[in-house]
Amino acid sequence: MDILNFENIFEGKLSRNEMIEPKDWMPENYRKHLIRQISQHAHSEIVGMLPEGNWISRAPSLRAKLVLMAKVQDEGGHGLYLYTAAESLGTSRDEMLDALHTGKAKYSSIFNYPTLSWADIGTIGWLVDGAAIMNQVMLQRSSYGPYSRAMIRICKEESFHQRQGYEIMTKMAFGTPEQKEMAQDALNRWWYPTLMMFGPPDVESPNSDNAIKWRIKRETNDQLRQRFVNQTVEQAEYLNLTIPDKNLKWNEAKKGYDFSEPNWAEFKNVISGNGPCNKERLDKRRQAHQDGEWVRAAATAYAKKQNESYQAA
Amino acid sequence: MNSPALFNYTLRLADSSLVLAQRLCEWTSVGPFLEEDLALTNIALDIFGRARHLYEYAARLENKGRSEDDLAFLRNDRDYLNCLICEQPNGDYAQTMIRQAMVDCFDLYYYTELAKSKDETLAGIAAKSIKEITYHKRHSFSWVMRFGNGTDESHTRAQNALNELWRFTGEWFERTEDEDNLVNQSIAVDVTAIHPKWEKEITELFMQANLSIPSKVFMQTGGRKGLHTEHLAYLLLEMQALPRMLPNAKW
Amino acid sequence: MSDSQGPLWEVFVQKKAGQPFVHCGNLHAFDKEMALQNARDLYTRRGEGMSIWVVPTNAIVASSPEDQGPFFEPSNDKVFRHPTFYPMPDVIKHM
Repeated sequence: MDILNFENIFEGKLSRNEMIEPKDWMPENYRKHLIRQISQHAHSEIVGMLPEGNWISRAPSLRAKLVLMAKVQDEGGHGLYLYTAAESLGTSRDEMLDALHTGKAKYSSIFNYPTLSWADIGTIGWLVDGAAIMNQVMLQRSSYGPYSRAMIRICKEESFHQRQGYEIMTKMAFGTPEQKEMAQDALNRWWYPTLMMFGPPDVESPNSDNAIKWRIKRETNDQLRQRFVNQTVEQAEYLNLTIPDKNLKWNEAKKGYDFSEPNWAEFKNVISGNGPCNKERLDKRRQAHQDGEWVRAAATAYAKKQNESYQAA
Repeated sequence: MNSPALFNYTLRLADSSLVLAQRLCEWTSVGPFLEEDLALTNIALDIFGRARHLYEYAARLENKGRSEDDLAFLRNDRDYLNCLICEQPNGDYAQTMIRQAMVDCFDLYYYTELAKSKDETLAGIAAKSIKEITYHKRHSFSWVMRFGNGTDESHTRAQNALNELWRFTGEWFERTEDEDNLVNQSIAVDVTAIHPKWEKEITELFMQANLSIPSKVFMQTGGRKGLHTEHLAYLLLEMQALPRMLPNAKW
Repeated sequence: MSDSQGPLWEVFVQKKAGQPFVHCGNLHAFDKEMALQNARDLYTRRGEGMSIWVVPTNAIVASSPEDQGPFFEPSNDKVFRHPTFYPMPDVIKHM
């Protein structure tokens, strides 16, 4: 079969809503796009453990501590599912980690903001996980089998994350005046960074076209952002918290809210390394990797001595 | 039955579990590799869970309106009754695993005995813990073997950790006066009885891992009387910061 | 540097006794014991299983997409392997 034939089979599968599997022929661009998207997603989960992990030692009750640990651990698990999905496309975890540590690979800009109070942990669960879930629900139907299956597992596990965040916000917003102040302050700081999570406006999004054609993505950045705002307003109202946007207003004609765009210049700045915590996050990941090196070497040596030699796959 | 001795006894077990778990969760998100990060977090979760059950029971025994969280977050270091080994810093991964192996080995004997306690609540908590600790021990023992027999570097690190931590193991096997009564009533565990079993098994593990137990070590003690190493106050300061900053808040 | 995360493994979990082992994902581990423990910590955190298999990924032998025709299509026309191929008299209610 020549390339053209392979391409027909591939296109045919896409048009019949069938999954592409690791050993199937796929266009090189499709493979590249997927590796980039899946590994970015994996990095986001792993780096995302840090801002929340920052509060595990200071969680204010035993219950809150258990829940937060379980949540951060889930995120590690999700990173792991995604790394292995990317590995099925012919890259290795080492290559991906290397790209992260050298700054070549990107991850979600949101995790470059600091977690300054316990209310930030609530806000991350409520807004950041809420936004992430919107993306992820869509990705369950992505055309690449291992990616789709990882997302199905992730969505199932994530369902408690947003609720635990909202539970924290409820306790803070209806708590003492100081707690309420923390909650409002957290919302003020996280609102626009959360809106940025859906990516640049459609008119400026370079990767969207192909991604939608290949069914790697199924809705545009702006569609998802609008849906997120629509559903979040009511949740903020219940908490008696004010979304920091004077232009936020119901628009009957489009059956949705009008809202202010985030500061896209800031977004570009954070993406390119100048966010408040880019350096801290990457330094910490690098340090952990480096500190673990002798541990991994010891495990490798021990396996060899036990006559357990498995070729690195 | 609701004697101050039983309250103190339960509190001691709770404090040791909480302080150890608080140390272990420092590794969450910065473990040596992803799979191991998740594994150790699972273990910390089990131990926090056990602490929570024990504090709940202690709060009920005390019956003065203090909650599990009050006991955990609003007591000072001099009132904390945990064993010294639990509060020791994690050090490198060898030190964390050597500590964990010694603790797991001790805890498995201890909670297996406690599961036979005449106090049904303690027996119930212990019965649940046995399964968890059995798994923890399998995990930490495997790592001691890997480090002891892995590379020169891992062997050196493991040996250093053992040299550092051995002096905190004697405290486990001291019997305190208020414990004697509880032991006689078959409520508390007689630690002197499990000492030889623990020592035999842990010696065997270290032998297989090519590690040697340091000789002529002077054993440290004091945790159960609230006399700690300098590390505990910092650990509590961090852990308790928020509830102490906003004492009227509900979380 | 190529193997700093250890080799890749395939994980199969059995939900209940008697049911088949189902593939549920991958992980990295340096030895058998670690692979088993990691599989437990990663894939059964929510009570998803009661028994686990782990297999080094490089021990898996897989059919390739090109095999699809010759491997699987020939069985499509063997309808006589299915019970519905055989008409039964109406009066026979159970067989």
